[in-house]
Amino acid sequence: MSGDPTTRDTSQSTALSHLTRSPAGILLTLLTLICAAIWFFPIYWAIITSLRSDQATVQEFGMLPTEPTLSGYIFAIVNSELPIWYLNSTIVSVSVTVLVVFMSACTGFAISQLRFPGRMVLWWTILTSFMVPITALIVNHFIIIAGVKLLNTHIGMILPMLLSPVTVIVYKQFFDGLPKEFREAAVMDGATELQVFLRVFLPMNWGVTTALAIITFIGAWNSFLWPFLVAQDEKMMTVTVGVSAVQDAYGVAYGRVLAGAVLASLPVALAYLFFQRRVTQAITLSAGIKG
Amino acid sequence: MLRNRRSDLVVAYLLTAPFILVYAWLFVWPVVQMVMLTFTDAPLIGDGKAVGFANYERMFKDPVFFKAIWNTSYFVLLTVIPGTAVALGIALMVSRLGGWLQSAVLAAFFLPYILPVTVVYVIWDWLTNVQFGMLQSVLEWVTGRPVNLWRAIPWFMPSVAVITIWWTNGFSILLFLAGLRNIPKDLYEAAALDGATRWQMFSRITWPLIWPITVLCLTIQLILQLKIFDQVYLFATGGRTQATMVLVQYIYEQAFQKNASGYAATIALALFVIVVVFSVLQFQLLRIRGQK
Repeated sequence: MSGDPTTRDTSQSTALSHLTRSPAGILLTLLTLICAAIWFFPIYWAIITSLRSDQATVQEFGMLPTEPTLSGYIFAIVNSELPIWYLNSTIVSVSVTVLVVFMSACTGFAISQLRFPGRMVLWWTILTSFMVPITALIVNHFIIIAGVKLLNTHIGMILPMLLSPVTVIVYKQFFDGLPKEFREAAVMDGATELQVFLRVFLPMNWGVTTALAIITFIGAWNSFLWPFLVAQDEKMMTVTVGVSAVQDAYGVAYGRVLAGAVLASLPVALAYLFFQRRVTQAITLSAGIKG
Repeated sequence: MLRNRRSDLVVAYLLTAPFILVYAWLFVWPVVQMVMLTFTDAPLIGDGKAVGFANYERMFKDPVFFKAIWNTSYFVLLTVIPGTAVALGIALMVSRLGGWLQSAVLAAFFLPYILPVTVVYVIWDWLTNVQFGMLQSVLEWVTGRPVNLWRAIPWFMPSVAVITIWWTNGFSILLFLAGLRNIPKDLYEAAALDGATRWQMFSRITWPLIWPITVLCLTIQLILQLKIFDQVYLFATGGRTQATMVLVQYIYEQAFQKNASGYAATIALALFVIVVVFSVLQFQLLRIRGQK
């Protein structure tokens, strides 16, 4: 792999243009396209297979289905609990997103802008929880949620998913970076801290909020282990858990299984494709680097 | 400044109250409870009696525990450095493209990252199906016969590792791209004017300047992959799970299948300590970087 440096806009660079337009540059671009095609192939193949009839999946190996059919999709929607799983996933992911973003924004603002006893203890707890594997707590989460009789409920599923230290850290750092004058001016005008937060600070960072909301939603939609433990009957499963349950039930009927898989990924795939820039921003922010 | 201190405090506690409640109940308390559980023989639901350090003694003599540690380390070895290297390679390839081509190519490389793990599982289960999987023709070409990757122990971890790299690499790719974008372009312009070769530009400019991001990716991946469970669990169902057991899977098995949450908590605490050690290391690295 060569370290060809040309970044985004090749047109602007003069001294470097020979590197992209030279035969070697064209070859490198071709190689990149081939690698991207190979990387994307599993997803392409899954989509193609989902459009084949059960018979065709094991007989045809062409790159395109000869007789594309939606029978797999219809089967997945009609003969499994998929619509209910979809509803469960939506309820859980939307609730987690709204609650995590709201609680994190409030907490991040308070830690960044207000001075109150216990502030540093709170901040250190958040930093500590960032370093700790939440997965190691599943047994205790299960015991606690079982103790309050919330197993097999949406609320029980949502609660442990609210632990999201990264979101608070990103908010706190964002609020730290805003000029002090904004707050002082608002306070001079007689605004209360709550008004400062709701009218000045929050509207100033819709970008960050959208980015964090999208990435939280994707994470919640995709989470597997906890929903898998909490959902004790089929009607409480999320789509993510359900896809593997269907896999066990259908056996080798891959067309149907993959149709379910495509449907399960649709919301997150669309969220990414529509908000590509925001997803990138959220990831670089959460890793602590400037995008 | 004329501010009412008391109303400030009220606002501060009002804003942080929901978060503090959730954290106290679902983070602080579970951690305390986990440590307490390690000294009991509690089942999953209900109380157990105190057993002193019996769980710890058992753990240090438990071959399956060490098997799980070994498998987890093996998995980390197979994914962290190779995955980061592949991500850097991809980022270098993507960064030299421009406009819509860059967006399209980046999307192709990034899309797997946002898929649910179960979808990743069914996609690859189909690709590697012994009878009808597309990849079997590639495998047959190498080994001369179809291979059931998920039942042949030596194939299992490397296969899960390849799939995991395919699945999670988008994250590192984005970090590398951001890092590459932050390298001032004049450096390359100047080097090009001086007649530097591609390799010289990479080894003298890109590599040293991208190194902090490389360290960041390595540590994030390390901590992430220590917690591997989902993929191993999904691909191992129905198979000989003991041979491919990883740490989180052993916690799951002890708690939810063997009904021994006291012992499960002990293993969880071990994982806890391992991850915290690596995280503190990462935090120190980040701080050093931040101070520069």
